[in-house]
Amino acid sequence: MNRKKVTVYGVILVLILAIYAVVTGLTDAGVLNSYYSGILIMVCINIILATSLNLSTGFLGQLILGHAGFMSVGAYAAALFTLRAGLPDSIDFLVALLVGGLTAALFGLLIGIPALRLKGDYLAIITLGFGEIIRVIIINLDFTGGARGLRGIPKETNFSWVYLLAVLTVAIIFAFIHTRHGRAVISIREDEIAAEASGVNTTYYKLLAFIMSAFFAGIAGGLYAHHIGILNPSKFDFNYSVEILVMVVLGGMGSITGSVIAATVLTILPEALRDFSSYRMLAYSVVLICVMLFRPSGLLGQYEISLTRLFGKLSGSKGNKTTKNPASGGEKGA
Amino acid sequence: MPLLEAKHLGIAFGGLRALEDVNFQLEENQIMGLIGPNGAGKTTVFNLLTQVYQPTEGTIELEGKSIIGKKTYDVTRGGIARTFQNIRLFKDISVLDNVRIAMNYQMKYSALAGILRLPSYWKEERAMTERAMDLLSVFNLQDLAESKARNLPYGQQRKLEIARALAASPKVLLLDEPAAGMNPTETHELMESIQLIRDRFSISILLIEHDMSFVMGICQRLVVLDYGRIIAKGSAEEIRTNPKVIAAYLGGE
Repeated sequence: MNRKKVTVYGVILVLILAIYAVVTGLTDAGVLNSYYSGILIMVCINIILATSLNLSTGFLGQLILGHAGFMSVGAYAAALFTLRAGLPDSIDFLVALLVGGLTAALFGLLIGIPALRLKGDYLAIITLGFGEIIRVIIINLDFTGGARGLRGIPKETNFSWVYLLAVLTVAIIFAFIHTRHGRAVISIREDEIAAEASGVNTTYYKLLAFIMSAFFAGIAGGLYAHHIGILNPSKFDFNYSVEILVMVVLGGMGSITGSVIAATVLTILPEALRDFSSYRMLAYSVVLICVMLFRPSGLLGQYEISLTRLFGKLSGSKGNKTTKNPASGGEKGA
Repeated sequence: MPLLEAKHLGIAFGGLRALEDVNFQLEENQIMGLIGPNGAGKTTVFNLLTQVYQPTEGTIELEGKSIIGKKTYDVTRGGIARTFQNIRLFKDISVLDNVRIAMNYQMKYSALAGILRLPSYWKEERAMTERAMDLLSVFNLQDLAESKARNLPYGQQRKLEIARALAASPKVLLLDEPAAGMNPTETHELMESIQLIRDRFSISILLIEHDMSFVMGICQRLVVLDYGRIIAKGSAEEIRTNPKVIAAYLGGE
């Protein structure tokens, strides 16, 4: 690693810690009440959901309409684990999240094997169907609490955990994209036939991206379950899947920084517009329409906000050619 | 033993027999041309050699081993790489990444080692990037490594596609109309680079082309297809004077 890259990683690390310090500082000082910190937690959860969906939609290029389905699998698996397993409190939460993620990944594998043979609209409809089936199954099962919902989940999610996990998710997906495996995933989006002819095992990489995507959705579900404390199957309906997809499309398919920004804005916007209650969703829709009219490929397209490039511009020289992934290593030092 | 051999190769799409009893042998370090009128089945031969289609009869052997039933990516890994008639690049990513994707299978580090940026990641990525840049410089594309493939002019896109195919370290390179849409100067350059590639990477090349001066100037052997059957085989000189070939191209009695 050269010096410029180390500087960039350092700056990113400082920025991440600074945001964290500011938020916790404001919370401790009483400026941010529980309503605001609740919104901030949802921002982080939605960042995890949007970046993970971006992996399968933006980078793999497959339209998935059932992301909330994977989230609900993770949410219920994690919640049931905490309620039933009775592990000591210290590790209980983390293990539950992992269980949530892995269960969702398993569902990703089971659904991915048949579904990923299809493309485009057909895959979208299959995943849509999956999301709905999961919801209906949850409503009709006893141990999930049925339509009444699952109650009494310990509220163990706090800002520190969601923030750490959101940073980790973004870092892992960012790092993954810039490995040989990530490039293979992108080649499938670009041209599946050419990818196959270049020696890329397309079935394997489609499944890999799909499972990773489901895994992080499951983690987000686990965080959500332990944040709200009550799980209601109706939360994870088609609308929520679309909401996540809107974040990805608005931020730019194939741009992780775009997903982060869009997830943040689209979570805060409806809350900020609460004062205009009846016009709230109208304004939200107008914003979406305007972005799609003026920036059809999303706010950032496939562009990533890169500190390496920014530094290069500031110092008047071109950034190091082979290092375009500033967000990757920095967080891991944390 | 020939490097690549097709024996009694045939394929039928429903009732349509696209290819019938196609036999040919490609020797090591040989440049062979596959020519014939439009719709003769030339690209279908390529699709069979890369197992995009399964032949309904006959066998294909690479170094004496059958490749029938393998997946396309496995065929590429085994040593048969190709380009496409209508260029298929990974358009929205960099020229360098286009080449590096074809090297993917030749690297070992796991997804986890990549995410954690373990030493194996840095070592293999560096070696691969170096090799990719070397390959690009063969085609004079090294200065464009960071631009998107989409932004390259047509001739350079064709070259990039060949570079990508070579990145897969093939023993046999299949070129589907490499000179299509090129002007005479570019075509001439391409002839030189194809011969250069053959010598430098010591591979065999099978190419489809309509530009006769190109084909005659570069191929040691020619195979002529018409209506899914081989009507002639031989050196450029033999083919040029073969009455069956002339009839197929110009129409005959």
